[in-house]
Amino acid sequence: MLKQLEELERRRAAARLGGGEKRIAAQHAKGRLTARERLDILLDPGSFEELDMYVEHNCTDFGMQDTVIPGDGVVTGSGTINGRLVFVFSQDFTVFGGSLSERHAQKICKIMDMAMKVGAPVIGLNDSGGARIQEGVASLGGYAEVFQRNVLASGVVPQISLIMGPCAGGAVYSPAMTDFIFMVKDSSYMFVTGPDVVKTVTNEVVTQEELGGAITHSTKSGVADLALEDDIDALLRTRQFFDFLPLNNREDAPFRPTSDDPLRVENSLDTLIPPSATKPYDMHELIAKVADDGEFFELQPGHAGNIIIGFARIEGHTVGIVANQPMVLAGCLDINASKKAGRFVRFCDAFNIPIVTFVDVPGFLPGVAQEYGGIIKHGAKLLFAYAEATVPKITVITRKAYGGAYDVMASKHLRGDLNYAWPTAEIAVMGAKGAVEIIFRQDIGDKDKIAARTAEYEARFANPFVAAAKGFVDEVIMPHSTRRRIALGLRKLRNKNLENPWKKHDNIPL
Amino acid sequence: MFKKILIANRGEIACRVIRTARAMGIKTVAVYSDADAQALHVREADEAVHLGPPPAAESYLLADKIIAACKATGAEAVHPGYGFLSERAGFVEALSAAGIAFIGPPAGAIAAMGDKIESKRRAKAAGVSVVPGFVGEISGTDHAVEIANGIGYPVMMKASAGGGGKGMRLAWSEADVREGFDSVRREALSSFGDDRVFIEKFVEQPRHIEIQVIGDQQGNIVYLGERDCSIQRRHQKVVEEAPSPFVTPEMRKAMGEQAVALARNVGYFSAGTVEFIAGADRSFYFLEMNTRLQVEHPVTECITGLDLVELMIRVAAGQPLPFTQADVQLSGHAIETRVYAEDPYRGFLPSIGRLSRCQPPEAGRDEQGNLVRIDTGVVEGAEISMFYDPMIAKLITWGPTRADAIAAQAQALDRYLIKGINHNIDFLSAIMQHDRFKAGANVTTGFIAEEYPDGFHGAPVQPATRDALIAAAAIIHAETVARESLIDGQLSGDGASYGINWVVELDGEQVPVEVTGEAGSHEVLVDGRDLVVQSGWRVGDAVFAGTVNGEAVAINVERKGSFLQLTTRGAAHKCRTLTPRAAELARFMIPKIPPDMSKYLLCPMPGLVVSIAVAEGDKVEAGQPLATVEAMKMENILRAEKAGVVAKLLAKPGDSLAVDAVIMEFAG
Repeated sequence: MLKQLEELERRRAAARLGGGEKRIAAQHAKGRLTARERLDILLDPGSFEELDMYVEHNCTDFGMQDTVIPGDGVVTGSGTINGRLVFVFSQDFTVFGGSLSERHAQKICKIMDMAMKVGAPVIGLNDSGGARIQEGVASLGGYAEVFQRNVLASGVVPQISLIMGPCAGGAVYSPAMTDFIFMVKDSSYMFVTGPDVVKTVTNEVVTQEELGGAITHSTKSGVADLALEDDIDALLRTRQFFDFLPLNNREDAPFRPTSDDPLRVENSLDTLIPPSATKPYDMHELIAKVADDGEFFELQPGHAGNIIIGFARIEGHTVGIVANQPMVLAGCLDINASKKAGRFVRFCDAFNIPIVTFVDVPGFLPGVAQEYGGIIKHGAKLLFAYAEATVPKITVITRKAYGGAYDVMASKHLRGDLNYAWPTAEIAVMGAKGAVEIIFRQDIGDKDKIAARTAEYEARFANPFVAAAKGFVDEVIMPHSTRRRIALGLRKLRNKNLENPWKKHDNIPL
Repeated sequence: MFKKILIANRGEIACRVIRTARAMGIKTVAVYSDADAQALHVREADEAVHLGPPPAAESYLLADKIIAACKATGAEAVHPGYGFLSERAGFVEALSAAGIAFIGPPAGAIAAMGDKIESKRRAKAAGVSVVPGFVGEISGTDHAVEIANGIGYPVMMKASAGGGGKGMRLAWSEADVREGFDSVRREALSSFGDDRVFIEKFVEQPRHIEIQVIGDQQGNIVYLGERDCSIQRRHQKVVEEAPSPFVTPEMRKAMGEQAVALARNVGYFSAGTVEFIAGADRSFYFLEMNTRLQVEHPVTECITGLDLVELMIRVAAGQPLPFTQADVQLSGHAIETRVYAEDPYRGFLPSIGRLSRCQPPEAGRDEQGNLVRIDTGVVEGAEISMFYDPMIAKLITWGPTRADAIAAQAQALDRYLIKGINHNIDFLSAIMQHDRFKAGANVTTGFIAEEYPDGFHGAPVQPATRDALIAAAAIIHAETVARESLIDGQLSGDGASYGINWVVELDGEQVPVEVTGEAGSHEVLVDGRDLVVQSGWRVGDAVFAGTVNGEAVAINVERKGSFLQLTTRGAAHKCRTLTPRAAELARFMIPKIPPDMSKYLLCPMPGLVVSIAVAEGDKVEAGQPLATVEAMKMENILRAEKAGVVAKLLAKPGDSLAVDAVIMEFAG
């Protein structure tokens, strides 16, 4: 072979070895894969094309000039997932602990710029000790360059972050600005300041895992959308997830053929709503019975369980599902639920994904903690998100739709395209008991009168027909035909054309 | 013949009676409680009458309301099913006074046989061999102890008015009698409204064999062979079969004739069952007579070709039996398994809730000529409520031989799809595959306790099952990948392409496979062997059904994240299929160790804390009662698994707990 060709092979081999076999073994011993191994699983076999393999850092301080490793701690390039283009970066913990240098940042920026130019998603595999301290402000500048691109790419191409190792300090803000964060259990953490600083400043003793582990962020904080078992699980699930997303905001959500009959009837849905109004039921059953092949990719299942969000397909086309969950807090909207669903609705709207909303909401959650926490502004986020969304919106009220929460949940008034109700729906300002106690306050002492008034109120409002008479509900449908109705609706809405007035950007109550 | 009958029952037996009545051209009236307003039996009947709130005492046990329902609807007769009012002489008399026929035996026979104490006296008088026991009223725990000591242990304490295993408790010592007697009484009172209890000798190594009899009002009584119900768990029948693999023709004749003698002695007509305990030496003792249609009557129907419900209706209408003893022919072998909403992996705790998915196997005759029959009272979307017996269905198979019937059971169980609640299908399948059960010779009522002393943990995997699982996992993956490769928006127009080499991970074990062929017909190369697989499985199907090397296979498929849960032949398996590269890298993953929960007492089922038997700081011994949780009307005593010290109590009496809620913590 030509010497020059041999030299190329030698350089490639050196770059592929990253931080060397010892560090690779250490990474494996922690149950983690290397940057390149991860890409082997994430991308279609043989599809990865690496860029910037020979990039080196430019630091000459603290003896850094003597340790130069080609690639500089991040593997970047492009490949395919089920044939569809994606740009990726994968931080290499075996090289300087995956720390971010100026050049490392430049590599990430380069693939992000390309992704923006060609309209392809970006997936970042994060496994980095943080800033390259030896580089000082050059490293900080590098972060900011990435942040700026995250922001410009937001709403243009989908961005997914996998947290597969440490991610602390300023580094957390790049994933934070991407659309979805998946964390690996027991081997990843995210926090702005670590346990040591926390101890010094607030005297709180907490472990890394408790402070910023996958469980913490997928349950308590809601920062992570999913907590996955290990590297393999995380990468395989990301492949599944990727198939729901469009490549960019100019394209429709992808279509994948299905053998599931769009007209499929599910008789058991006719008994989903329990006879007793106070008894909960699992909204997941409705979602599974409506979705193609019963497949539902749920996001944030462990956080704000009173609302369910995630992706499904109807007739092969991606839809975003938002649903109140009567099993948790009776399906009330609270701060966390509003934030969780609000951001999801905005993602769907940004990327042309129709939104199907299942409503069983008794109202906003009352309480001092909620009011002090700013439920007014947080609740407004979901309201804002639904109101501004121009993608096809189909809403099905299964049971309760009370008060302001009725308005919020993709109501007709917020430009819902097709607003259906089951015969079991109750659309009212509040439950009968509460309403009667206000309207007939003078009779509160008289049990019989109150009971009679309650029955009267129920007879009048505990049904969908008052709303239907006003045109707020387009049709009262049989529960068993919900899938058929939604599928037909989505077909007819596929060419929906609706634009909001021109503005620089809106001012959503953040 | 009656023009309209009322069925004073619910669930599968109400549906069963309606089916025959409809075939006979008789209109049916169902009754229901609030909990059953949407139940299948209500929908199947021509008319339905509401009785009251869910508790049986306020609905299905209200004789007056049922008689009123008959009058309101013009029903001429009542079929009581089993349980509820089926063995209440007073109900039969009240019906008779109202001019309504009872589709069952005469009141006098019910009174004589329905009470276990009285029935023993009558059995003795009829020359039937009986087990030693105390016949009379027991005044209290001390009296019970005295009686038990007199008979000698072990003894059985039973509700006099009971049946079906409720209100029964075995005592191996005086301490057990002291601990359990009051509890049996309470259960007797709450389940049957009668707190009388009787005590008898417990025959060890017994088989439970019962004789089906049927008689008419003209005095003809015949026996229809036996049923072997030895597979029981805590005296609840789990598997029933006919004929018994243990009973010889001579024994059958002797038992049958004694059963008929007893029936004749009490002036019996309609269907009834005389239960015996049989020892290893083929001696048998009278246990009790059930003056009703039994849960397990279908196995008798399958081997005799008779419809017992039809015969009961005809007899009640005064028609004579259309056959004599000489005409009764037993043909082939039938097995019934009781599919219950209970979790065999958690000590068979009841699991109530909604059947979000429920698709039974196909009923009817299969290609080999075996018969599958499903008697059920629920459909998908139904609720298994805490108020009634948590039975989902009876699965009955018939084959020319016992082995055929067993094989058909295992097949049908694999095809059952139930979701939303936990069920015992894995356990039933494990029994069908168990060598001791298959041999049949040594199946005693102790079978389950002896074979599963540490509980049930899934059936062991047979080599053929392993092959089937690997083949299914590989093909499901190939089909899934083929589907994924059709997504639009691909970079090249060719679609994504994948090789034929994969690695199946089955319960953590990696098995390289080569998958060739196309949808419907695949070949899977495993360990150098070629498995030929025919299956019409498509992405989204919940059951993978087909053949592997010609052998029928059915596997429940559930996607769980990046894994598949494949359930067949009595166990669930965690599977996934990886590229060879991913499989190689998967070896670096560190297996997750589940957290140690042994220092906690967890609530094993959703229920109500009745009492806490210990205080913080108490030292406890293994087996010591810690707390009592009531679920589904049963009091469950939770015991210490090992010795320790109670560190903290986290629940108190009256608390309503979810499954796995922590009741107490031990110092550890």
